[in-house]
Amino acid sequence: MLIVLVKSAVLLAVVVTTFAYAMLFERKILGWMQLRPGPNRVGPWGLLQPAADAAKLILKEDLTPKTADPLIYRLAPFISLLTAFAVYAIIPFGANGDGSPWAIGNVNAGILFLMAISSIGVYGISLGGWASGSKFPLLGAVRGTAQMISYELSMSLSFVGVLMLAGTTSLTGIVNAQERVWFLIPQALGFIIYVITAVAETNRTPFDLVEAETELVGGFHTEYSGLRFGSFFIAEYVNMLTISCIATLLFLGGWNAPFGLTLLPGIGWFVLKVGAFMFFYMWLRATLPRFRYDRLMTFGWKVLLPLATLNLVATAAWVALH
Amino acid sequence: MRKHLFNVGAILQGFGITFKYMFVKRPTIEYPSIKKQHAPRFHGLHELRRYADGKERCIGCELCSSACPANAITVIGAENAPDARVSPGERHAASYEIDELRCIFCGLCEEACPTDAIVLTPRFEMADYRRGAFVYSKDRLLVPSDAGVGTPPDERPNGIPADLGRVAEVKSTTNVDRGYSATHRGEVLKTERKGLAG
Repeated sequence: MLIVLVKSAVLLAVVVTTFAYAMLFERKILGWMQLRPGPNRVGPWGLLQPAADAAKLILKEDLTPKTADPLIYRLAPFISLLTAFAVYAIIPFGANGDGSPWAIGNVNAGILFLMAISSIGVYGISLGGWASGSKFPLLGAVRGTAQMISYELSMSLSFVGVLMLAGTTSLTGIVNAQERVWFLIPQALGFIIYVITAVAETNRTPFDLVEAETELVGGFHTEYSGLRFGSFFIAEYVNMLTISCIATLLFLGGWNAPFGLTLLPGIGWFVLKVGAFMFFYMWLRATLPRFRYDRLMTFGWKVLLPLATLNLVATAAWVALH
Repeated sequence: MRKHLFNVGAILQGFGITFKYMFVKRPTIEYPSIKKQHAPRFHGLHELRRYADGKERCIGCELCSSACPANAITVIGAENAPDARVSPGERHAASYEIDELRCIFCGLCEEACPTDAIVLTPRFEMADYRRGAFVYSKDRLLVPSDAGVGTPPDERPNGIPADLGRVAEVKSTTNVDRGYSATHRGEVLKTERKGLAG
């Protein structure tokens, strides 16, 4: 019991720190790609910027609009935050010699738990937008709900291909199944579908219609300020990190070293892969403009879903024939 | 189908461009710690010059104030006392005020001046919190008596005054080497400003 608490505290600290610096590096990388230096005023290379941002968010006035539903308005950021962090209960970061994972809980249906929790996450956005009692957040919330439902379908189908190849729903089992060859190679199509849907699932550019600044002010979090806004913000980045971890576990071989290069311990490879995926996220944001809403839906239902189904059928046939 | 494949190519090309630009040299000049190089003959804050013997060049003729398109200059002339001359001529400026908020830095005052007394320097950082602080009178315009004669208008310095800080090493049409022969006038102005702000 105590050891679980200690593990959770350590993990929480690691995830929050990662969030803080992911945000800083995102701003740095966006800056570099746009020929700007990025934040560099607070501390050397702007390394204290996250602390400054946190202080700012804490000191901001906490506003609740008159038309808002006060209880749900206050609850929504916590739903987002809680579901974002809850996933880390089962994500393994490495394995001991005896095969037991470095995780708080070793769940044998880990991937189902992941999908369940990430589906609850949409409630934070839709309830927050609805409870704000204002038109832009409501539009953002409606978009968010529709988008998440549409893209989660293809995302789950891209998971199923991996599950069939690995023959297990345990995350540790899936990583162990990739010891010889990463699922990135047999499941290349599945990986591409996963990456696209994952970006949509975390509501980031080019799928950030939920908070589309140019159309919806701030989208679902327009009315939020201070730490309540901060909670949504943390949830977004923690979800990014989660998505990167899942990509690493399911497609990039988890803590398995590539080509038998065991220069780094398993956890080192894991962090490297997650970092690379996070960088890809930021790179994507700097490169692509936002989708138009109808095209987002068309793309999700008419392109991604058939492709994911095709991938599923092909994988099933391959598994059945072997 | 082919159209969509072209689109994928375009997206990949876009990724290439953003990645490449991560390593391109950034043109940012981190003002105020580093300043941009100015063009020669930059029109900045005014300066009232002196002769080598310390006498003021200004003879209080008010030609600058009549030339000023923004009505920024107010000159009140006065007769020179024979035993304590302020300028070599008959008259001098008893009061000389420029409202830098009205000034459009066109340099017509400089062209109108018959004695080359009023000139524009490359100094440009005049920000303040109070409107009153922008009315520069003789105490801040005049070159201090121990700080030389001021900047001759035909030998305009390149760049920004050395006492104002580090200059960015960016490609510029100006000649960085010639620089601004710094007087301690910058410091004088700074202390004057402190006095006003206090």
